[in-house]
Formats: sequence, C-alpha cells, structure tokens
Amino acid sequence: MRTDFAFVGVMLVTAALLMGVALIAASLLRPKKPSKAKLETYECGMETVGDTWVQFRVQYYILALVFVLFDIEAILLFPIAVAFNSLSFFAVANVILFIVVLLIALLYAWRKGALDWE
Amino acid sequence: MNVINDLLKIISDFVAGIVNSIFSFSPFLADVVTMGLAAVVLCTFAALSFMGLTYVERKVVARIQDRVGPNQAGPLGLLQPLADGIKMFTKEDTTPAAADRWVYNLAPLVIAIFALTTYAVLPFAPGVVGTNLNVGVFYIIAIGSGSIVAIIMAGWGSNNKYALLGAFRTVAQLVGYEVPMLLNVLPVVMITGSMSLTDIITQQTTLNGNPGIPFIVFFPLSALVFLISGIAETARSPFDLLEAESEIVAGFHVEYSGMKFALFFLGEYVNALAVAFVFSTFFLGGYAGPVLPPYIWLLLKAAAVFFIFMWLRGTLPRIRVDQMHNMNWKFLVPVSIVHLVVVMALMKLFVTSPAQVQANGGILVTPGVQAAILFTASLAILIGSLLIAARRARIMRLQEEAILEQRRAENIAAASA
Repeated sequence: MRTDFAFVGVMLVTAALLMGVALIAASLLRPKKPSKAKLETYECGMETVGDTWVQFRVQYYILALVFVLFDIEAILLFPIAVAFNSLSFFAVANVILFIVVLLIALLYAWRKGALDWE
Repeated sequence: MNVINDLLKIISDFVAGIVNSIFSFSPFLADVVTMGLAAVVLCTFAALSFMGLTYVERKVVARIQDRVGPNQAGPLGLLQPLADGIKMFTKEDTTPAAADRWVYNLAPLVIAIFALTTYAVLPFAPGVVGTNLNVGVFYIIAIGSGSIVAIIMAGWGSNNKYALLGAFRTVAQLVGYEVPMLLNVLPVVMITGSMSLTDIITQQTTLNGNPGIPFIVFFPLSALVFLISGIAETARSPFDLLEAESEIVAGFHVEYSGMKFALFFLGEYVNALAVAFVFSTFFLGGYAGPVLPPYIWLLLKAAAVFFIFMWLRGTLPRIRVDQMHNMNWKFLVPVSIVHLVVVMALMKLFVTSPAQVQANGGILVTPGVQAAILFTASLAILIGSLLIAARRARIMRLQEEAILEQRRAENIAAASA
C-alpha cells in the first residue's frame, strides 16, 4: 500500500528531472540575444495599452460554483459506487434521491440563467 | 508462461531481479532503483509516443484534408519529429519583460509532469503496471486536472491579454467537462466494485468466471459522453477554443517558444494519448483480447481511439464558447445524471450473482441479459434526450427567426416612411 503510492512520488520526481534536463539542455544550446523589442508583450505589433491583470467575467465565477457542487457530489458518489454491490434497495433509493435533488439544483441554476453564456 | 504474451512481464521481472541482486545489501535502495527505472521507461514511452503521434497526426489530418503532409525530412517525412526536436532545442526562447518570471517558467514543467504522471497507473499487460493503486480511477482524474493549474499559470504569468483570455476559457471548459467525465466513470466503478484499473480490466475478461463483455456494451451512453468530454478535457479540436487562432492567436501559450512551447505540446499530446488509453481500459476491455499478446491489444485499441480524435480534428469546425458551455451544462450533465439514476435502479433490479439476490433481493439474470437491458436503456435515454434537444433547438430557432422577421419588417416600414 505504501509502496503503491511511493511509485507515484518516484514518477513525479523522474518526470520533473527528465523535463528539467530537457529545459536546461535547450537553454545551453539555444542562442540568447535579448533586445528591448523582443521582450515586449506580444499584441498584434502595437505596444500594449492598460493592465492585463484586470477583473474577469463574473460568469466564470458562477460556473465555478456550479462545478464545485458537482465535484463534491462526485467525491461522495465514488465510495458509494465502490460499495454498490453490497448496498440494499433502500440505500440505493436514498442515493437516487440525493442525485435527483442535485438534478433539481442544476435545473434551478439553468432556470435562473446561471448556465447561459451571452 | 507464454514468452510472447508475457514478454513485458518477463523483461520487467528480469531487470528487477538484476537490480535486487546488485543492491542486495539494502532492500530499500533496490526498491527505489527499480521504481526509478520503471518511471524512466514510462516517461520515455510517453515522450517517444508524443514524437510519433505528431508525425502520424499531421499525416492523417493531411490525408483527410486532401494534402500530403510532411514529406521532406527523410523517407515519407519520417524524420520530421526529429527535425522538429532539433528546432525546438535550438530556437531562441524569450521571457517577456512584463511576465511573472517564476510562474511563467514553471508552467510548462508543471503541465509536462502532470501529463507524464498519468501513466503511472495504466496497466499495459497482466502484471505490467507502474503501480496498481486501489484508487486508480480517482488518481487519473485528479492528476488530469493538474493541467488546468499549469494553464492558468501560463496564462497569468505571461502578462498578455490573449494568454489570459485563453486561460480563462480553459479553466471554464476543463473544469466544466470534468463533471460529465466523473459522472460517466461511476457506472464502470459500480459494476466492477473497485477503482483499480487492473480490476476494471479483469472484470472485462473471461478470468474468474467473468462474462468477458467490454463495458461499452453495458454503458454505450457513458462511453460516448466520456469520449466527448475526454476530447474537451485535452482541448483537442473541435473543443480547442482555448487556443483558437482566429480569436486569441494561440491562447495561453502565445508568449512561449522553443523548449517551453515543446513541453506544452508534449503535455497536450501525452494527455490525449492517456485519455485514449483510459478509454480503452474503461470501456473496451484494456489489454484483454484473443490471439494477439495483451500489450498489442491495448496499443491497437488506444490507436483506434486516437484515430477517432484525429478524424474529428480533421473533420469538424471549432465550436463557439456558448455552444461549448451549453453542450456541457445543458446536455451532457443532465443526460449523464439521468443515465446514472437509471443504471443504478436497473443494476439493483437485475443482479447477476446469487449471493446478492439472497442478501438484497432482485431478479437473477445472466451477465449477457444484464448487458442487453442496460444497453437498451442507454440507447433509449440517448435517443430520447437527442429528440428533446432537437425539439428545443427548433423552438428557439423559430423564435429567433420570428424576431429577425419582425425587425426586418420594422426596418422596411421605417425606410418607406
């Protein structure tokens, strides 16, 4: 069990090392002649106007909220799915009720226009 | 032990034996070295398949679009990936002066690491798997979302408006399409009763008295939705709005060049191939198959799935942002939820093991009959939902046309007055 997850750690380190070596090798091989014009932010040839890091659409935030709802639902459903074969009818009926409540929540969000992208 | 069928297993056991005898003084060190070697092999496999896939994809898409594709470097253009590699290594790489240096430079590394780490749990043949995690399904989805972090890092760190727009789109898309993906893996986990990928494949073979029916027969709707959301998760055409050239130049990686760009590219392809592998594991039976060796079967299935990806890329136009969100939240998610509920009810009603019937009741059927029932139900849900969607779309189109007609009439009236 412990060694199972140890391999994931080893894999992370190995991947980081291999990709890091590729990056370092490239940085040794490539030419490096920076100039002021080269280091400018790309934007169709003109100098950029204004700040990039500004406010973003609130729509993204609403979608993220709906996503969190369903992600947590999924986390709750996975253990149920693993134990599904040993569940009784009554338990499954409860789970179905839980999912249907979430479906109603989705329909409510839909009705309220949270899912509309204008 | 059949030599050809168990080739990978024999080689890995042989190497592990050598390592163990060299490091016989310290079992811990032997373990670390064995795992390190396995990790290097998996990473190399992923990187090499990335090189091969760029060539194959360019050739296939070229053929679909009636072009020739790369044909200059080497015979049939076979050395094209190598030429690309040399170019990527020797191209000058600039970091924009306005960029957030740490975030900007780390992003390609992060996406490549997360893409490569997915391969740790993929079973290539019986007993040949990086690590057989008991939460394998969850691990794949969790690691898969790592690329979202990398993309928002790239978009934010570049300090470029195109890049930031691309990153916002990406987060909205990747985060959204994770929901149908999760909801459609659930039936597979339910029927297997385990999240280990090896168990999922064993359930689709004839071992241990299992029926040997791939899960695509049980859950065709799940397979379809998983495929669609898999394409969206890896941001391939027609869901490649995050790098829509005609709108935001190249999206989040507009400022990257050279090796860093290559790492983004690698992450994208390795992720797409991982989705192909995972799809064939979940729904097509993984390495299970007659006559041919298991690893060949897995590669064939993954290649077939990846060919579908390339085919879609060569055929379909890119969809709009609102269409992408509507497709996910207003079609795939509700349909998946309804499908999940129906599957849960049916699987409790028609059970295959006598022990379960005794414990919880239900009707005892053979796996074949269960598959037939689930298949019919899936198909009914799919056709029904498509009909409803088509009707709604028709009503909305008629409304829009009516509004346009009214405006036109008003314009004519205003012009004549």
